[in-house]
Amino acid sequence: MAYVAVRGGTIAIEESIKRLKFERVKKGAIATIPSIEGGMRGLIDQVMSEGSLYSETLAAIAIKQAEGNPEEAVFLLRAYRSTLPRKHYSRTIQSEDMLIERRISASFKNIPGGQVLGATPDYTHRLLDFDLIQETEEEARQWLSDFQEIQEKESDLRDLIQYPKVLDYLRKEGLIADCDNQDQEPDDVTRKSLEFPTSRSQRLQVLTRGQTGAVTSLAYAVIRAYGSVHPTVGELRVGEMPIYIDNPINQKTEEDDAYYLGEMKLTEVEMLIPVTVEKERGKKEIEFEIGYGICFGQNETKAIAMGILDNCLENKNPQYPTSDEEFVLFHIDSVESSGFISHLKMPHYVTFQSKLDSARKTKRQENASQKESNL
Amino acid sequence: MSAYNFAFFDEGSKREIRRATLKAIAIPGYQVPFASREMPIARGWGTGGLQLTLSLVGKEDVLKVIDQGSDESVNAVNIKKLVGKTTGIRATEETSEATLIQSRHRIPEIPLSEGQILVLQVPLPEPLRAYESSELVTKKLHGEREYSGAWLMLFEQIMRYGNMSTGADHPVLVHDRYVMAPSPIPRFDNPKMNRSEALILLGAGREKKVYAVPPHTQVVSLAFDDYLFQTESSAGNSCKLCGATDVFMDEFVHEETGETYHQCNDTSYCLSRLNRKVLHQEVPLNG
Repeated sequence: MAYVAVRGGTIAIEESIKRLKFERVKKGAIATIPSIEGGMRGLIDQVMSEGSLYSETLAAIAIKQAEGNPEEAVFLLRAYRSTLPRKHYSRTIQSEDMLIERRISASFKNIPGGQVLGATPDYTHRLLDFDLIQETEEEARQWLSDFQEIQEKESDLRDLIQYPKVLDYLRKEGLIADCDNQDQEPDDVTRKSLEFPTSRSQRLQVLTRGQTGAVTSLAYAVIRAYGSVHPTVGELRVGEMPIYIDNPINQKTEEDDAYYLGEMKLTEVEMLIPVTVEKERGKKEIEFEIGYGICFGQNETKAIAMGILDNCLENKNPQYPTSDEEFVLFHIDSVESSGFISHLKMPHYVTFQSKLDSARKTKRQENASQKESNL
Repeated sequence: MSAYNFAFFDEGSKREIRRATLKAIAIPGYQVPFASREMPIARGWGTGGLQLTLSLVGKEDVLKVIDQGSDESVNAVNIKKLVGKTTGIRATEETSEATLIQSRHRIPEIPLSEGQILVLQVPLPEPLRAYESSELVTKKLHGEREYSGAWLMLFEQIMRYGNMSTGADHPVLVHDRYVMAPSPIPRFDNPKMNRSEALILLGAGREKKVYAVPPHTQVVSLAFDDYLFQTESSAGNSCKLCGATDVFMDEFVHEETGETYHQCNDTSYCLSRLNRKVLHQEVPLNG
């Protein structure tokens, strides 16, 4: 029958989904979860950070399912995350407790404790390493055991040292205003939607969940031309942060009763932003403000960018869109932006037909009035 | 799907969405913020509607999902599949049989009845957004019932095009209080909202808002005394398949002859008329 033509969506979808699986496996080789966890640390960190869920294994599954497409992997992780009940809230963490793997300052050469380069591609030449084509797991294991052997011989007690914060040094000098801890309970943007003006905790959450590229681009705009911020990296640290919860059984809140849950790898950045402060009798002084960035995993560019945007949103210079909290916070979420852009692929037959009707109506009127004026 | 709760959400989340929904029903046309969850379908693909549906659905419900008038459109099928998979409830294409109807951009041709709930998917819930991009400001404008911008918008269209040139999503005034985006339903469907027998809920997932038109609420499309609200004209067109005239139609071009023809946009309505035609040849077709 004639109307069969408009039907058949169900079957078409089934076939499309098969097609998708075909694309994933058609080369006869599949990425295993251990191989993704082993070799795709950068992608895992990005997906965990944007997905706002800390689990390397779940991120690896998402990456596998998404064929390595980060926006799709983040989407999978978020959709899973939203089904999880909140069972506990962790105790407040202090980033002084971080077990440092990397820690640098671009502001001071001689920071107390020293610069720790750790693992970073920053000092590599970005030349494609064609030897990797031939790399075998056996070679990798051999290299690893040699490396570990040397490490054991040379290791001192440094490994577990907690480093003082660079900014504390500036505070002692009086160059940064001292501030108290703000220990009120943070708002949870996943439990209560944003309302404006936002609180700092809301802003920081949205920024840390933001799409890496979006956060980076906006912060780039700030320092290139669309902002008046000239920041320096006060301190960037990457390391494992131990997480504790209060004893859930006896309701005690002392540290000794807390339960250790595990560690999270975090990147934390404190940006130093010079500002002119007006003192008494019109005297001006330069002081430093702070922009704060923190993300799951090692995501240094994003954390720095977050620090810049945090400061822009704090100061709200009306001259720049990057200081407009609605402009920034509403548009950097990967799931939301990619979702709304991709929805344009959905049929818009009705809406378009309706617009067509309006277009024809105005055309008809124009023709009619033209005829009238010709008379 | 044992990894997930009945209707996907944990009960706490459902309760929270229902609470926002109740508030929305109590203040017709007012956009209630809610903590929109990430869903297994993409933001912008009906997550607001889906969250409402999942928070409301019970084991006895019968679900109908339509996308731009079609029960078989890819996204409608997808949503139906997800709700079916996480609840096990029955789906239908028959409008009158459904207790819960989730729709994107159409209100079915068959009048809805008491006890039915129509859930509309909303991309942009803010009717004032076209001229004011700040949420903080639009919230204030609604609070102060300051809608001159909405009227000016229509007035400027008349000045520019000789008539109101809104396509779908022509703004409405609900219960003499809030100006509301009816979601991008064609203007043809706007009057169906007025004093509807069924409860109409509107959900915007990405924008994290829920709003409602409770049964029997007055809904008036914005217009001027001398420039009346007009629905899309279907003058002289009739459905090529079932012959219906007074319905919203899709426009097609015949591949060979190049001639334009029309079909009912509401495919299940068209189908049921066709079935009646087959069963009872005597039933008059243009009614």
